[in-house]
Amino acid sequence: MSSELTAEDFSPARDLSQAERIVRPSLSYWQDAWVRLKRNRRALASLYLVIALLLFTLLGPLLWTQDHTLQDLDAISQGPSLGHLALVVEDSANWPGVSGAALPAAAGAELGAPANVAVEGLATTQYVRLTWSAVPGAQHYLIYRNDHAPESDQDLGLPLGQTFTNEERSFEDRLQLREQSYWYSVIASDGLIEADSFTTREVAVQRAITYSQALERGFEPAVGERVMLPSHPFGTDYLGRDMLARIMEGARVSLFIGVVSPLLFVLAGVVYGGISGFFGGAIDTVMMRIADFVIALPFLLFMILFRISFGIGPGESGIFPMLLALVLLRWPDTARLVRGQVLQIRGEAYVQAAKMLGARPSYLIMRHMVPNTLGPILVTLTFAIPMAIFTEAFLSFIGMGVSPPTPSWGSMSNEGLRTMLSSPHELLFPSIFISLTVLAFNLLGDGLRDALDSRLRSRE
Amino acid sequence: MRTARLPWLSAFRASLLPLLLACIPLAGQAQDVAVDFARQAVQIAMSGEPRSLNSTRTTDALSIFVIEHVMEGLIRKDEHNQLAPGVAERWEMDGTTARFWLRRDARWSDGKPVTAHDFVFAWRTVVDPATASEYAAIMFPVKNAEAINNGQLPVEALGVTALDDYTLEVELESPTGYFLSLTSFMIYYPVREDFYVAQRGRYFADVQNMLFNGPFKVTSWVHGASLRMEKNERYWNSGIVQLNVVDIPYITNDSQARFNLFKDGKLAVENGLSGLEAEQLRDALARRMRIYNHSDGSVFWIEFNHVAERPTRSKNLRKAIQAVYDSQELVYKVIGIAGYIPGETMIPAYMSGVQDKFRSEYPVTPAPIDLALARDYLEKARQELGVERIPPLSILADDREISMLQAQYFQALFKRTLDLDIKVDIQTFKQRLERMNSGNFDMVISGWGPDYEDPMTFADLFASWNINNHGHYESTAYDSYIRAAQGSADPKTRMDAMGKAQQLIIDDAVILPTYERVVNIVRHPRLEGLQFKQTGASMVFTYARVVE
Amino acid sequence: MLRYILKRLGIGLLTIWFIATATFVAMHMVPGDPLSTERGMTPAIRANLERQYGLDRPVFDQYLLYMGNMLKGDFGLAFSEENRSVNDIIREHFPVSATLGVLSLLFATVGGVLWGALTALYRNRMPDAIIMFLVILGISVPSFVFAGLSQLLLLNLNQWAGRSLMPVAGWDGFRSMVVPALVLGMSTMAYMVRLMRSSMLEVADTDYIRTARAKGLSATRIFFNHQLRNAVLPVVTVLGPAIAIITTGGFVVESVFAIPGLGRYFVQAVAQLDYTVIMGTTVFFGAFLVLMVIAVDILYGFIDPRIRLGAA
Repeated sequence: MSSELTAEDFSPARDLSQAERIVRPSLSYWQDAWVRLKRNRRALASLYLVIALLLFTLLGPLLWTQDHTLQDLDAISQGPSLGHLALVVEDSANWPGVSGAALPAAAGAELGAPANVAVEGLATTQYVRLTWSAVPGAQHYLIYRNDHAPESDQDLGLPLGQTFTNEERSFEDRLQLREQSYWYSVIASDGLIEADSFTTREVAVQRAITYSQALERGFEPAVGERVMLPSHPFGTDYLGRDMLARIMEGARVSLFIGVVSPLLFVLAGVVYGGISGFFGGAIDTVMMRIADFVIALPFLLFMILFRISFGIGPGESGIFPMLLALVLLRWPDTARLVRGQVLQIRGEAYVQAAKMLGARPSYLIMRHMVPNTLGPILVTLTFAIPMAIFTEAFLSFIGMGVSPPTPSWGSMSNEGLRTMLSSPHELLFPSIFISLTVLAFNLLGDGLRDALDSRLRSRE
Repeated sequence: MRTARLPWLSAFRASLLPLLLACIPLAGQAQDVAVDFARQAVQIAMSGEPRSLNSTRTTDALSIFVIEHVMEGLIRKDEHNQLAPGVAERWEMDGTTARFWLRRDARWSDGKPVTAHDFVFAWRTVVDPATASEYAAIMFPVKNAEAINNGQLPVEALGVTALDDYTLEVELESPTGYFLSLTSFMIYYPVREDFYVAQRGRYFADVQNMLFNGPFKVTSWVHGASLRMEKNERYWNSGIVQLNVVDIPYITNDSQARFNLFKDGKLAVENGLSGLEAEQLRDALARRMRIYNHSDGSVFWIEFNHVAERPTRSKNLRKAIQAVYDSQELVYKVIGIAGYIPGETMIPAYMSGVQDKFRSEYPVTPAPIDLALARDYLEKARQELGVERIPPLSILADDREISMLQAQYFQALFKRTLDLDIKVDIQTFKQRLERMNSGNFDMVISGWGPDYEDPMTFADLFASWNINNHGHYESTAYDSYIRAAQGSADPKTRMDAMGKAQQLIIDDAVILPTYERVVNIVRHPRLEGLQFKQTGASMVFTYARVVE
Repeated sequence: MLRYILKRLGIGLLTIWFIATATFVAMHMVPGDPLSTERGMTPAIRANLERQYGLDRPVFDQYLLYMGNMLKGDFGLAFSEENRSVNDIIREHFPVSATLGVLSLLFATVGGVLWGALTALYRNRMPDAIIMFLVILGISVPSFVFAGLSQLLLLNLNQWAGRSLMPVAGWDGFRSMVVPALVLGMSTMAYMVRLMRSSMLEVADTDYIRTARAKGLSATRIFFNHQLRNAVLPVVTVLGPAIAIITTGGFVVESVFAIPGLGRYFVQAVAQLDYTVIMGTTVFFGAFLVLMVIAVDILYGFIDPRIRLGAA
């Protein structure tokens, strides 16, 4: 409203026929709620977030077309990247290794360190092939690998293995090699005790894929060339699957459980509570007593119990048992709420008046009960969604949720928690999505509650 | 809100921080440490509560771990895992008869001597069907044990007699070369009758119901929370025991929590019972910890279901699957735990044969890995089964991380190479057992740990009569090899037969060997002399000590 | 009053029966049984074990027997631990869970009320924003992530300090309880902060506060005597459900921090299909919760004079 007033503003109204006209548009309950929701910045932002999440889930797979089941065993637990160049190498035929006659122990001499530790061929992420010269008196050799130069014989790193006989003088390492430098140590043993001295060799490993793998992935490679491997903006998981694709797929599971199960149990609760409240009396007492029983069941304990009793068959994801368990255990809250609302509304003067005017029950339900309970139900629904998502995550975390290979955010977080230190992205991304979703629905719920609260409405 | 000018508020806020900090100085001096040189004490964690410390009945690894520390049988394993005199100071074995002469200075922890009668009582208790001991089958080499266990003979018929207080005679069903090593196993440990009876069913249920004859004794057991073992001064050989205390103040199945406790200097060793996970190894490496490993003797594989209504009954189908499967890829790339040995057969590499290692004497000829060959087999399998397309196959796994990992890998592998539809079936421990027992699977991720030091502990698993042959593989040739090996006392004859059986397992594609497990551990640098074994308790503190 | 309590207790008893029956049915729907083991058993041994545990009887007989024993307060012997009764397990492990639960509830309530009040005082200013950010974290980060991260944090703290300031796991003295209790109480506290905040704001708008201010009462007195006291009521109503969430939701925290509580037992028992332990823990927890809810309702009657229990 303009603060500058002129004399004109104070002139008498001439046309009295328009005096009763309502200039401002009349707002229905829902329109008003919408206006108030829009004014709540946090709620509005979370609404956009929810929409974005839904788009991500539904449209994401159309844009990001990597197969979430595709396992790239050469890119296990890789951090976020936009693609790597890899050398194409020949397929690794079984390497016979190098062996030669063992040397007898020199009298009185201690076991020495192996000489001439060398790499045969290229050192690639496919394999590193080590050879060395025999040590007199050695019964077998032990091979260690480290990510840094060893400081002492206490710091040799991973015990990769040992040779089976004293004639073998080579070792092939294929253990989850990455593009980095490794320090290999070879140490001789007389069968009981390891020698005091060892030989360490630094080996720089370059990324490579085999010719047949390259063919399989649709390259037209030649051995010795480099090819560009696909990018993984969210990295890969413990089986080399693309995390972004898996999070999109996991979103379907998590959001499905998170949205569908509340819809179902809220619906069940509305019907149950509505019937109970509408009829009242003995029916109401019995029905509410039953609801009280179900409410008293320790929720998580029974979720676990139900999940186990319903079981998961071969190839099933376990989404349905979880959905069923959630619905079975969660309907009474809504039922209670709706019953309370219905009882209250039934007593309101305008309903009584409508009744007296001969309104049919169906009219009462449709015209008065439903619209007046819809607000609280909507709020309940919004708060039920994060609860369901958390429940899914929690159950998946303790291994009672969806079954692999079906991804869900909860099970992905669980898997990621184990590799939290070396590849934090496996925990970070799914947990961020859980947190964002839960947060968005919570804030949206807050906003809706404020917007739909009729008390607030009348006060402003 | 216009009431914000509260004078005490800033003071309140100022007091909050010191209040929080005040909690920290409460931190007492670190007295509970991993190892203590002066007291010769070590502290470790366990992954769970021992199911039962009653040596005649228990089955789980944690119970066996404790029992082996507090009890001793006729023969024990020395620090080099060689058989050494235990309660028996010498023995003789002649065909189907074994005689043990017991030492006179072996004592129970209440001071009474350990006698031959204690063994007779214990062994009879084990095979008594009323005891319902799940490990009773380990005693079946003793004469009449099986018949007694099936309720056909009275317990007194068991082939074990106390000739006098210090001489024990054992009659065997048939010559059993590995019988001596069996007597170091838990269920062969002595139990004193008067004490057992006096406990009225609560034998070893709590500290006051326990009687020891081993290197340690349990001095405290808070169920589910902690357990403490102290040196048993009454042990005849207590001179070799250097540790005074093995304290277990933490029980949790969260391996990461245990590893964190180790890093925090609370544990002397971790994870001696099942090995560190790949991530923990990376962490240990980054912290420059020394990593030790040893084979725990367990071999893992995928077992096919061979019964008539399952597609996997088709040998061609199994051969097709076998021909696309590479255990090296599985172990090195997918599992990725250092030291794991890619599976070749069902008998582990450490097992001894006639003179050398069994696997050196009887190397197995592996099945070829060849995609074209696999597709030929698949075509034959289709014709053999009379189907257009192989129906979806289920792969059963328990819910441990490594099992779920493998199941997913196999699903993708068989789909990619053979276009087979695989249904992953992940179940909790008991439900997986239920499905295995009822034959509700096509393939199951499975494995076995040795019960005694002989290839037979693995070889007889696939005999048609074995109750652990969950896939119901039936082969007259295989059965005849096993019978031949079991019926002979000659090591060469036995090993030859088992060598043939081993090759048949591969040729018939009965199982797909996955890996032999290695246990990676970290330990406090001042803890030395830890013993690791493949049978019985996998980790033993009897010969361990804390050095300065 | 007494009649009301008696009536509530009677219904409570019925509820416990319902919980027990539901548990029994759900449990026996699971294929398999607690006796199956990795190593095969001969039929004779199996039959003996079944007889020992009474599993050879018809299921309905087992139910009647179990209910009969439960009425006598006997939950039977555990399957997964020999010679140990479920009563022992509850007696030894519930106090641990309860201590942890009470501590975290204390933390959640005190923290929730205090912080909630503070955010209301500092509405839309810096302290409000900081606390609300923490609250949002508490609401939206799953407890298992919290537990894992806080343990890692403790570990790094200890290593940075060079000595054991706080134990990273275990259950030994007050120091080892602080962090697990914080982690466990986090989400409840976050919930209570929000509740307290809106309740405080609502009360601040009421006539009696305005009157009090007009009378010239000191800000401190208004804050404590009028605002806080009235605003705290809704927090009391959620105490009952909060106890439920905290005492039964402790599995993860108990497992991560190696705490010998009862929640951990339940999860293990389900995996092991340990009939008696599953029954015992569920019924015990159920009964505990029923009693707690009744207790909170009665407590509420004392705090809020407007509510007359007899009429409820």
